[in-house]
Amino acid sequence: MSYQGKFRVWRGDHASGELTDFTAEVNEGEVVLDVVHRLQATQAPDLAVRWNCKAGKCGSCSAEINGRPRLLCMTRMNMFTPDQVVTITPMRTFPVIKDLVTDVSFNYVKARELPAFEPPKDLAPGEYRMQQIDVERSQEFRKCIECFLCQNTCHVVRDHDENKPEFSGPRLFIRAAELDMHPLDTRDDRKETAQAEQGLGYCNITKCCTEVCPEHIKITDNAIIPMKERVVDRKYDPITWLGRKIARRDQLSNQP
Amino acid sequence: MTDHARYTRREFDVVVIGAGGAGLRAAIEARLAGKRTAIISKSLFGKAHTVMAEGGAAAAMGNANSKDSWQVHFRDTMRGGKFLNHYRMAELHAKEAPDRIWELETYGALFDRTPEGKISQRNFGGHEYPRLAHVGDRTGLELIRTLQQKIVSLQQADQREHGDAEAYLQVFAECTVTQLLTDDNSIVGALAYWRHNGEFLVFDAPTVVLATGGIGKSYTVTSNSWEYTGDGHALALRAGATLVNMEFLQFHPTGMVWPPSVKGLLVTESVRGDGGVLRNTDGKRFMFDYVPDVFRKQYADTEEEADRWYTDPDNNRRPPELLPRDEVARAINNEVKSGRGTEHGGVFLDVSTRMSAEVITRRLPSMYHQFKELAGVDITQEPMEVGPTCHYVMGGVEVDPDTTAASVRGLFAAGEVSGGMHGSNRLGGNSLSDLLVFGRRAGLHAAAYVDALSAAPIASDDTVQAGVTAALEPLTVSDGENPYQVQADLQHTMNELVGIIRRPAEIEQALAQLEELRKRAEKVGAPGGRLYNPGWHVALDLGNLLLVSECVAQAALLRQESRGGHTRDDFPGMSAQWRQRNLICRLDANSDRESVTVTQQPIPSVPVELLELFDRSELAKYMTSEELAVLDTQEQSGDSGAA
Repeated sequence: MSYQGKFRVWRGDHASGELTDFTAEVNEGEVVLDVVHRLQATQAPDLAVRWNCKAGKCGSCSAEINGRPRLLCMTRMNMFTPDQVVTITPMRTFPVIKDLVTDVSFNYVKARELPAFEPPKDLAPGEYRMQQIDVERSQEFRKCIECFLCQNTCHVVRDHDENKPEFSGPRLFIRAAELDMHPLDTRDDRKETAQAEQGLGYCNITKCCTEVCPEHIKITDNAIIPMKERVVDRKYDPITWLGRKIARRDQLSNQP
Repeated sequence: MTDHARYTRREFDVVVIGAGGAGLRAAIEARLAGKRTAIISKSLFGKAHTVMAEGGAAAAMGNANSKDSWQVHFRDTMRGGKFLNHYRMAELHAKEAPDRIWELETYGALFDRTPEGKISQRNFGGHEYPRLAHVGDRTGLELIRTLQQKIVSLQQADQREHGDAEAYLQVFAECTVTQLLTDDNSIVGALAYWRHNGEFLVFDAPTVVLATGGIGKSYTVTSNSWEYTGDGHALALRAGATLVNMEFLQFHPTGMVWPPSVKGLLVTESVRGDGGVLRNTDGKRFMFDYVPDVFRKQYADTEEEADRWYTDPDNNRRPPELLPRDEVARAINNEVKSGRGTEHGGVFLDVSTRMSAEVITRRLPSMYHQFKELAGVDITQEPMEVGPTCHYVMGGVEVDPDTTAASVRGLFAAGEVSGGMHGSNRLGGNSLSDLLVFGRRAGLHAAAYVDALSAAPIASDDTVQAGVTAALEPLTVSDGENPYQVQADLQHTMNELVGIIRRPAEIEQALAQLEELRKRAEKVGAPGGRLYNPGWHVALDLGNLLLVSECVAQAALLRQESRGGHTRDDFPGMSAQWRQRNLICRLDANSDRESVTVTQQPIPSVPVELLELFDRSELAKYMTSEELAVLDTQEQSGDSGAA
């Protein structure tokens, strides 16, 4: 069952680095993170990697495996043949701190620029009423584990640091969409904000983000495209805008 | 000061250590009280172990069954903890949990809904009514994200008002506290290092809220992440505070057992709450054989009645799969030991025969995902293999129930790191609500403590410098012990010798091994520099693991009974005498090395109005005849007083 696998792991810091060859034991059922841990315990105690839950729930162990953005904890070794070299590199879009650990503060800065949920002023805690069907649209986006693989893979910023100031990225587009679709959020400018301040217009819907999402969130189809379409609607069609305001009011006045 | 031991100082009113549910809720409350608040997190912001909570947050909102009330929730919590809970914590928790959940909706949380549009509530082990607010099986993620986003919104408000988002609330991500700084039994701050560059910083602050979670990383098979090294427990002990009832560990009955790399990974209790059944390799639903006397009135004794309960809970008793976790874990352990387990040492947990594939993937999406991707098992078609895994520590920092204050002035503790609330066994769903209820209280009372202070001294440079030098020690050792190996050996010791079933000879063996491990830990070396060096980080966490492991082992050796998360092979029954005693751990001031002493302390007696929520016949199963006699007298005088 076990075999000696071949690995190439990027090691270095913000200044320089290189791929380092390792040979390590691989056992049945293991994931790439297990091998990284084995390397730490037996060969490279200072090999830097982030991880927490080891179950695909926390989004800490994002990296690139054979060039593809993935969670180390959800990539099973049986995807590879025993003679295949597995190359592990840090996420390319973010500055390297050390080895597989990158500085992901970009994402937290962008999160702070997005206007927060604004609760309805006329409802006390405990009075919120929402239908399951209405919360499900936002719930899809709230499955996001903030692994930032979508941010990493997005070609608008992947090799274009110059776009970072203007562009919040897919993670924050789904956050905007989530709030836009939240049945009780009282802001009605989520789409305009996404366009004007998040750089939604930079996205040309190549769906790379959707492809790498470990939670299988339909980022492009369910968040970005509707946000783009409705920005267009709202810009040119005041009736749509008015209709939506009325629909929202109905929802609120239906409180039992 | 030399370059080597350089550090910077930062000034705050309240320093919260830990950025899970309790820490974030405490920080929100401290900030709302106008205090300059720091949140220190070992991981990135939003990655704390709370994200792993799956099932839900228990709160008697009565949305799914209007008969529910705080009194019923309190009663269930005390039953689950086998009456060793601090009654006042259980009472506050049951009363305040609904408000804490509703408040999350005002922060933007989106729980699953009832047909009336209220928050949906699901069944869980030990809860009489459907009580867990949830979002599929990713409730913890919703909780942490909601609190994280609330903090961001408060920072945005500070940006607008003060031109500085971090004026009142600052997050120090990937930062680890190595020492609490005290002066005359009062908190004056904390010493920490940045994980990314290994530089040290001092938080000068009169209050610290510990919200560091548990100690699961002292076991090999655990559902806990690398962060759970008992930091808060150890920091509290070294600062002079006390821990209560550290012998009580929750082994969650259902962890994954195969493949080995995921052994211990949590399988949510919702699987059973939603209808999953446990079977051994003979195909038998064995839990019917394990209903203990104290629970016989509430649990079905036939499969037919248990099955009817899912659709008619008012006229049938609950299935025994929904017994509290300690009971189910022991039952599974026994089935496996008796040769009725799977080849991988587990039993079968099956939802595939009871729910449609569509319902399973909707209600248990992350379980479906987890088994499919990590074990190659399709849970809509075949059973899961599960076995017990170290999950939660009931013991923790001894606190005042109302204020969460520890015995050191300015020190507060909330969430898993605190003790008392859950008694000898925590009910599923009571953790997320605990975090919110006592996280808020910790923030509130830390702020009030600051308001009442006249002076706030800070730690001397000498003290800080000694702390920095000690923390840098492993980096200077060449050819030292491998910290990963010492950690693995410690985990093995606790797993094998102080596990679910405890025998005194084995515990003594564990204590001897811990002594050896301590010597090895003193000689660990961490090659590489200070820059994001996991070997060094593991080396620094070892001291905490050793200290909390010693607490668990010593307390387990002392308590001569079996109750909740502590099962003694030689004392299989509950003892009414032992129920009256808490075991208190403190650092031994007379020892030349770091060691723990354990003493007995009477538990606070439950007021008669709370005891009246129970039948006398039920109380008789837990209490001594002297206690019952006192109770009878009080009740009589209470009656005559009313008349």
